[in-house]
Amino acid sequence: MTRLPEFRAAKWDEPVVMEMGRPGGRGQHFPAPEPEVTEAVGAALIPAAMARQDRPELPEITEFEAQRHYLHLSQMTLGMMGVSLFGTCTMKYNSKTAEFATLRPELAEVHPYQHPDTLQGVLEIMHDFDGILRSLSGMDQFIFQAGGGADAAYTMACVARAYWQDRGMLGQRTEMVTSMQAHPCNPATAAAAGFKVVNLPLEENGYPSLEALKAAVSEKTALIMINNPDDMGIYNPEIKEWVKAAKEVGALCFYDHANFNGVMGKLSARELGFDACMFMLHKTFGAPKAGGGPAVGAFGCTDDLAAYLPTPVVVKSGGRYLLDEDRPKSAGKVREFWGNVPQVVKAYAWARAMGAEGIQLGSDISVVANNYMDKRLGEIPGLARSNPQVGQHRMEMTRWSLGPLAEETGVGTVDFANRMADYGIDPWWMSHEPWIVAEPFTPEAGELWSKEDIDLWIDVVAKICEEARSDPDMVKSAPHNQPIAQVKGDAFEDPAKWAMTWRAWKRKRAGSDAARGAA
Amino acid sequence: MKIGLVVNPVAGLGGAVGLKGTDGPDTVAEALRRGAVARSGARARRAMARLADRVPGTAVVTAPGALGADWLAGLDLSVEVRETGGASGTARDTREAVAAMADCDLVVFAGGDGTARDVAGRLPERAALLGIPCGVKMHSGVFAVSPDAAGALLADIVAAPDRVAWDPEAEVMDIDEPVLRAGRLAPRLYGHARTPLARGRIQASKGGPRKDWGAELRGAADEVARGMEPGTLYVIGPGTSAGAVARALGLTPTVLGTDAIRDGALVAQDARASDLERLAGDGPVRIVLGVTGQQGFLLGRGNQQIAPALIRRAGREGLIVLATEDKLAALAQPRLWVDTGDPDLDRELCGFLRVRTGRGREMVMRVATS
Repeated sequence: MTRLPEFRAAKWDEPVVMEMGRPGGRGQHFPAPEPEVTEAVGAALIPAAMARQDRPELPEITEFEAQRHYLHLSQMTLGMMGVSLFGTCTMKYNSKTAEFATLRPELAEVHPYQHPDTLQGVLEIMHDFDGILRSLSGMDQFIFQAGGGADAAYTMACVARAYWQDRGMLGQRTEMVTSMQAHPCNPATAAAAGFKVVNLPLEENGYPSLEALKAAVSEKTALIMINNPDDMGIYNPEIKEWVKAAKEVGALCFYDHANFNGVMGKLSARELGFDACMFMLHKTFGAPKAGGGPAVGAFGCTDDLAAYLPTPVVVKSGGRYLLDEDRPKSAGKVREFWGNVPQVVKAYAWARAMGAEGIQLGSDISVVANNYMDKRLGEIPGLARSNPQVGQHRMEMTRWSLGPLAEETGVGTVDFANRMADYGIDPWWMSHEPWIVAEPFTPEAGELWSKEDIDLWIDVVAKICEEARSDPDMVKSAPHNQPIAQVKGDAFEDPAKWAMTWRAWKRKRAGSDAARGAA
Repeated sequence: MKIGLVVNPVAGLGGAVGLKGTDGPDTVAEALRRGAVARSGARARRAMARLADRVPGTAVVTAPGALGADWLAGLDLSVEVRETGGASGTARDTREAVAAMADCDLVVFAGGDGTARDVAGRLPERAALLGIPCGVKMHSGVFAVSPDAAGALLADIVAAPDRVAWDPEAEVMDIDEPVLRAGRLAPRLYGHARTPLARGRIQASKGGPRKDWGAELRGAADEVARGMEPGTLYVIGPGTSAGAVARALGLTPTVLGTDAIRDGALVAQDARASDLERLAGDGPVRIVLGVTGQQGFLLGRGNQQIAPALIRRAGREGLIVLATEDKLAALAQPRLWVDTGDPDLDRELCGFLRVRTGRGREMVMRVATS
């Protein structure tokens, strides 16, 4: 067994930055301009109407204090550099080379309102990356406007709406068919676009049956939206028949490639018959995913649907790159401008660094790594694989259940996740809603992690299983080695107890003080 | 949370020897004559041992001897034995034991549907019910999936209540055994009881809002109510899911029975099959149904008032089914079952059916016959 890390996070019990410092504290003191400078440029450089009347409310601290404070904050996180086998998120290292490329002035200092003639370099990258995604999917046109996977799913719903409206059939094509195990953004975005959601449950094979799909689709179906493999890690081998059944009733077919890692370079959405697909650049393509953004859902479709794409579309004409806004059938915009361009550049850098063969190999490694994990996790008492009757190998991730251990010890998947952080391991991913497996968790090793890292992760899981039996209360009260113990989730349901900004927090605190004063 | 335990020591005797149930002393005698061995006590002990392992010293109120105390001997629990009228070997024992548990918040029983019905009949007001599965017939929605699961659930109730969800209205159903032995399975809905459910399939609240399943059901029911066609008879089956449609119209459903609505008005309450047939006349009929918890029965469990002739009139297209996604996800199998008493009709109903799970949301479920 790997030696488990003796980890203890730093705990800096210091106030938030807005409460630090003293009047007059400054990062830097700048000298007043010399008289000849003032004379030359004038004193009122800022037009009176634009100059602020009050002082900005900023902490008055030195540069050194600011550096120290943020160093301390970073020490209280796991830093996104630990072993994080966070399933469905396809955690990858975000190369510093790609990061530096986006800091170059050719990208960092341009603005989408510039004339396209002055943006040829960045437009060329977007156009070339469109080409790379075309070759991975068989689609005819990609856009990068969507700010994430769910936004790209919404793009599909909008494109489908525009497509049926253009045919005068939106009144008839009112339904979107999906699987219970498709990512929840599919039903959610279809509903947001006004479609009725028709769900299919998983049957014995671990995916919805083809029969159920055939019963669900009809002349009312506007589109189907599907992941494959889904989060159980099971690839639906009948996917071609699915697309065929949907096409027979005239429905559009959307392939949500959220779980692309295990099949990248191995299949083409177009060859399977799909009309459109979506890639998450912040997952599969090595761009950072930060805390919920900035992200990019790259949406691609066939020429038949391209007329309905949100604008602008980057096109090449006569050796020049253009932003095509003149698309009268366009569904409109799902977001401003062209998307999170630095993320596109990073994804482009990843794809160029990997190459076609590297992408294929990465996919192989991610599936092998997951099957290695499956084997070892299966040897730990208290864990159960979802759909145990399914014999086929799982793809790049597997949905597991902590149900047997929870029944035996009372330690559930949320408790377990909290305890993992005590070993300096990022808590595991549980499951999207709805939970159809008891006490779920979903590891995904991907191609990044070494065997040593994967073994460490599994050994921590085995260790916590032992702890759940020997000292369940200790596990349930975890984390113990982190700067902050358990967060009371209830607070998030009461807006009076949280704030997103200092100003909102002050306002809410003043409100509750006033309420106390009155009481 | 005060827990009471009652064991029906003869529950399940009839099953292994082909008697389809164990209701009544004659059947018990016959089962014993056929060599049946009582298992319910041992199963109750398995459940309570899991509780004692997880939360040692938990206080449990129980009845004397084989009705409870015998099975708890030596377990690390704080047991209080309440005297009852003595063991007669009949259902009276269960009823008297429960009557002595008036201060309990949760009554756990080891038995089957018959025991569930006996316990539910005497359950203290506001108390909940949980079954350790031991019976031959278990159509009620109050049973844990195994004795170990029942014990784990009890431990969670005591030590980790946020891991437990509560079904406010689980079905208590029982079958008339002589009829069953004659070849007809005709369970009736006797009532509803509050029952704990393992929260394993539901995210424990650590941030993020919980889904309000009641609101989903109301949304689905409202959509059905708005889509009602004039002149059509809408038969409202038993249970809260079907009843939600009546409520959406501002009407009060007979939750344990079947009602009928036409043109927005109640035209029958707690109706019998003959009433419904007469009301239907030659006009169009649609039938609003729920799904039984865990078992997934659509027709033939607790709703026999809805007779094959009426179902045939409505046809599969005329069935309007409501169930929330969490209820469908918790089914033992991804199936809805029909057992109308007419095998040809059952076969006609097999296939796929759209269940309304919320406003603008449906689930396509496979309908099967056992």
